[in-house]
Order: sequence, then C-alpha cells, then structure tokens
Amino acid sequence: MKDDRATVLDRIRSASGRRAARLDRASNTAALPKIEGDLAARFAERAVLLSSDVVGPLAEADAPRAVADYLRSRHLPLDAVCWPALATLHWRASGIETSARAARGDDLVGITGAFCGIAETGTLLLLSGDQTPATVSLLPETHVALLPAKRLVARMEDAWSLLRREHRAPPRAVNFVSGPSRTADIEQTVTLGAHGPYRVLIVLTN
Amino acid sequence: MKLAAADFKSKAATNLANPSLQRALTRLQERFVGARAKALAELPAVAPLRDAAADIRAHTLENLDHYLTQFEQRVQESGGKVHWASDATAVNRILLDIARAYGVRRVAKSKSMVTEECAVNEALGAAGIDVVETDLGEYILQLANEPPSHIVAPVVHKNKEEIADLFAQHHQRPRQTGIPELCREAREILRPKFLAADMGISGANFLIAETGSALIVTNEGNGRLCTTLPRVHVAITGIEKVVPTLEDVSLLLRLLPRSATGQSITNYVSVLTGPKRAGDLDGPEHFHVILVDNGRSHLLGSELQPMLRCIRCGACMNHCPVYQNIGGHAYGWVYPGPMGVVLTPSLAGMSGTIDLPNASTFCGACADVCPVKIPLPDLMRALRTRQWQGQMRSRGERLGLAIWAAMAMRPRLYALATRVAARLLQLMAGRRQSIKVLPLGGGWTRVRDLPAPAGRTFRDLYAERHTRQINRPQEDHSPFAVSPSAKRGQHRASEQRHK
Repeated sequence: MKDDRATVLDRIRSASGRRAARLDRASNTAALPKIEGDLAARFAERAVLLSSDVVGPLAEADAPRAVADYLRSRHLPLDAVCWPALATLHWRASGIETSARAARGDDLVGITGAFCGIAETGTLLLLSGDQTPATVSLLPETHVALLPAKRLVARMEDAWSLLRREHRAPPRAVNFVSGPSRTADIEQTVTLGAHGPYRVLIVLTN
Repeated sequence: MKLAAADFKSKAATNLANPSLQRALTRLQERFVGARAKALAELPAVAPLRDAAADIRAHTLENLDHYLTQFEQRVQESGGKVHWASDATAVNRILLDIARAYGVRRVAKSKSMVTEECAVNEALGAAGIDVVETDLGEYILQLANEPPSHIVAPVVHKNKEEIADLFAQHHQRPRQTGIPELCREAREILRPKFLAADMGISGANFLIAETGSALIVTNEGNGRLCTTLPRVHVAITGIEKVVPTLEDVSLLLRLLPRSATGQSITNYVSVLTGPKRAGDLDGPEHFHVILVDNGRSHLLGSELQPMLRCIRCGACMNHCPVYQNIGGHAYGWVYPGPMGVVLTPSLAGMSGTIDLPNASTFCGACADVCPVKIPLPDLMRALRTRQWQGQMRSRGERLGLAIWAAMAMRPRLYALATRVAARLLQLMAGRRQSIKVLPLGGGWTRVRDLPAPAGRTFRDLYAERHTRQINRPQEDHSPFAVSPSAKRGQHRASEQRHK
C-alpha cells in the first residue's frame, strides 16, 4: 500500500502532467506601497491607531523612568518580568523590580525589546531566543517594548532583509505584534485584552 | 464535520424567519463591509496588489509538489516533522499517534477550519483526550455544541444574551452581560487551560516553503499561546496553503486582514519554524505539521483549480446577498457563502450538496471583493454544468431546460413562442398590469407580483430600432442605446411594489 505522502504527491503530479517545476516569476515589488518620509513619525502614528501607547524617542538610559511613569500613572504594578537581554538597565533605580526570565501565567507586566519596528503598520517584530523569551510579550496584562529608533524599517519586506543579514536562519518564533490583544467575536464589538496583553507601551529610544 | 447540506432550502427558509439571526447578519454586514472598504482605501493602489496576490497563489499551485517538498525539507532541517494526510481519517490517525507518543492528555486548540473539516475534536475526545477551543468564538461554540457559521467570525449568529446564558450555565459564576466582562471571564477560565495543556493544535494561514515555517494570524493571542506554552505543537493545514517566500506572504498579508476584518494588520502574525532551540527559555519541544489533502488535489488541473488560491478571508460571504440573508448554518458544512458553495461540493462530494452551487444570484460581488481574484461565479457555473451533465438535477428542471434548449436552437420557433407568451402574459395581467398567480412560477408569485410584459418582444424591438438607426447614421449606432421614454419605463418597473 502506498503511504499518504506518495498518494498525495502522486495526485498533485498527475494533475500537473508530471512536468518539471517552472519557478521563473516576474517581480511584484512595483505593487507594494511606498513608505517615505520620517519612519519614526509614521511608526508612532500607525501604532497609536492600533491602540498602542507610544513615548519617545528618548535616551535608552531614560527608558526605565518613562516606563515607571507610565505604570504609576495607570496604577499598574511595578513588578515586571523582563527579557534577560534588558536586565542590565537601571530598572530598580526607577522603582521597578524586574525578574529576567520567561513569563509565567500570573506575571502582570512584561518588558521586552524588539528586533525592529515596521513603519508601514506600526508593528513590533520580536524574535524568540535564549535572551528574548516569547512569553514576556504575551502572558502579562501589560507589555512594554523598548525599540531603538534606528531599528525602524519601512515595510515587512525590509524586516526580512534585516533578518537575513543578521541571522543565518529564522529563530523558532518571529512574532509581529500590532497593539494589545483584542477580540470582536461577540457581536463584532472590538474589545481590547483577549488572551494577551490589555495594553502595549512602546518606548522609542535614540 | 458531518455534511448536512441536503436540506439547504428548508434551513434557509427557517433562518430567513429568525429575527435574532437577521439582526446579527445585518450587524455583520454593516461592520465588515464598511471596515474592508475603509482599510483597502488607505492603500495607494489595490488593483496591482490583488493581481500580484493572485499570481503568487496561482504560481504556487502550478508548482505545488515543488514547494511542498521544499517546505518538508526545511521543516526537517529545523528539527520539526511533516506528515501527509490524504483524508480526514489519516489526519486523526496521525494526530492520535503524535498524542500517544508524547503522552498527551490535554489539548489547547486555536481556530482552524481544516480541523472542523476533519472532526479532530471528536476523534481526540473519543481517545479520552481533553480538548479546549481557545478562540473566543470557537470556545462559545464548543460550550453550545454548535458548528461555526462564519469562517472568520464563527459565532456571529449568537447575541451577547445567549452567550451570557451559556457562560452562566458552564462557568458556575454570576451571569454578566457586558461584552468586556464576558471577554474577561473567558480569559480567566481559559488561562489555566493554556498553562496545563500538553499539546497545542493550530491551523496555518500560510506555510512558507523557503524557511519551513507555519504562519498564524490571530487577534486574541490564543494562537500564540497554543503554539508557545504546550510541550508539543501540531499545525494542521491544507496542502494549498504553501507560498514560496517570506516576501510573498508579506504581500498577501496586506490583503488578508483588510479583506477579512478591515484591519491593516492582524494583531499577532507569528512565523513559527521548528521546535525550541538549545538555550531557548520557552517554546514547544516538538513541532509537527500535518499537510491535509482531503479532496483538494482533485481540484488541481480542473477548471476549479482557482478555488485553491483562497486565503480564507471571508469577504465573499460578507458581501454575498444570499449569505447576508440566510447565514452560515444553512450551508450545512464548514465553509459557507460563495467560497463554500464551490468548496463543499468539491471536497465533500456532489451528492448531498445539490443546492449549493445554485445558492447565488450571480451578482458577482464575491468575485469583485476576492483578494486573490477567484472567479467564484464561473466556478459555480462549472459545478452547475457538472450537475446537469451528471443528470443530478430534478426531472422537471431537466425537462424544462431541454424544451428551452430545443426552442433556442430554432430561432423562428423561438420568436413565435416568445411573441405568444408575451401576449398571453399580458392577457393574464389584465388591467392591473401585474400577474399574481403564475402556473409553474409559484415560487416567484408567492412573495411578489410579476410585472406584465410590454406586449412586444425584445427581438421585435431590437429589429425595429436597428432598422431605424441605419436610416439615421448620425445617432448612436448601438441598438441598445436607451431612449428617454424607455428610461422612464425602466424606472417604473423597478418601483413595482412587493405584495
């Protein structure tokens, strides 16, 4: 008996007349929207439309205080789980207690960096890794992301170019994050905070 | 999911008479149709993007074996495993083998229409494995033990009062009716289930051949949780979902969320490649992909092949005047609306789906809004032709069409018959100029009057006007040019009152 792999591939190949692959294609880059002008301004404008909060650009050393101000102003806890990659910033001096690890189900604030930001849509791109666990941007009710302005790219395609330049292969998870989690399943009414964060703060740094 | 499309007409009639469903469908149409138009309008040019999107999908289907085997190889290189399933039985066999191999007792599942096709939940349940749907809509349906009625908004047919009743009954908590409160309650109930799950099951919106990645879009974040927290992640998706490159998928992602929900981008787009790497602090230890055929390969090489370009945005159903009035359950399987009336007979078979390709007015709205330009009305017509050729239509319909065909091939007879018929109908209409009862046309006259024909046939008018225009060459040569008086007549006809 043929196994399922052989069966399925045989059906596909007999439908195409068993010809060799024809992989030549015309370029479609002309169809893509052009993103011009100040990337940081475009990014911030689009991110706010997606219900993210944006502060900065400010010096990276000032980021912990900006985060603490945001958390205090919204009466949110000052205990946070944080990417090990960001553990060396002076969080405690700003009143934030951080634990550098993957997130647990009961963490309320998660602090991450980002691989890059996409100006076209106001989207963060996060890569999983040993210093950048994916759960930190997902399980807590508040997600804070530090994004250097020089890591802004125009489009998703530019993010892939950056990834190809800097990494040999994609990590386990490439997560594009565009604001707080949401659902419109009940009566098509958008509600922020479904299974992921209720709010996302993006701190743009110089 | 069991096919239940045979009683399409009676279900459609029931749904038309259901005021709560009608309100829900009106709401869906108002939100989704407007949101899509607005989201597409922010793009500088939509037409070239749709052309490029259709080209990507068509190119991939032309070389499907190449891209699927490339995908398989890349998955293996990144430490995952690909399984091929020729049908639903194979999907469930493979899935249960994986579950047994890792000692899986609890499963958290993200929304997937392919798993609805294959009745995966029933198979896991029968094996004693606890499955929870985690998309809010799908979770509500699991509590209610109902199938989805829309591929993007599965619980569109229920209002918040009905959902509040279900939650109160199943959660043993005080009943609340605010939408944010209901969402919070579902979050609190489901969070421990994510954390306790041994296996996460997801679909995949796309598979990326060059990297061996599964791409998943979700707004709620449940897709990310299902594919990050459990020890095992299994992505189950159709063989047609593969695309060549990351750039291809980026182009398609400009159209998918805009067409589906009117978002410029879905909240979470996750590109998942293999299991947890050495040193990673989170992520599944095992990564499996099940490639599902289940009838899809039969469409390849046929006139229905363009259907496999579908990216499951649901725009065709949101814009379909039939779906907008009868809702998704009437279609009797996983896929409703225009894409469903083509896909269901193609995947689940022609028998038992006889009404589906006919559930269309051929208005063409579905093809107009399709982001990958699937000619849906043409595909419905192809299925109708197959039904005719396979003698699957009723004897009365076949006889009627045979008579019409015989006449249409004899122009003189046809001219005479239409002239007689027009006179006859005019006589029947009497002074009121409308027909209230028509033999063999009860389906029409039960709900509206038939306006009386003008007395002269199209052919007569055409011949007369054509002669007149040849004599007056300075005017519009087209015999279809409408005179001011004819325009007024059209206007009156369109104002005919319903009974």
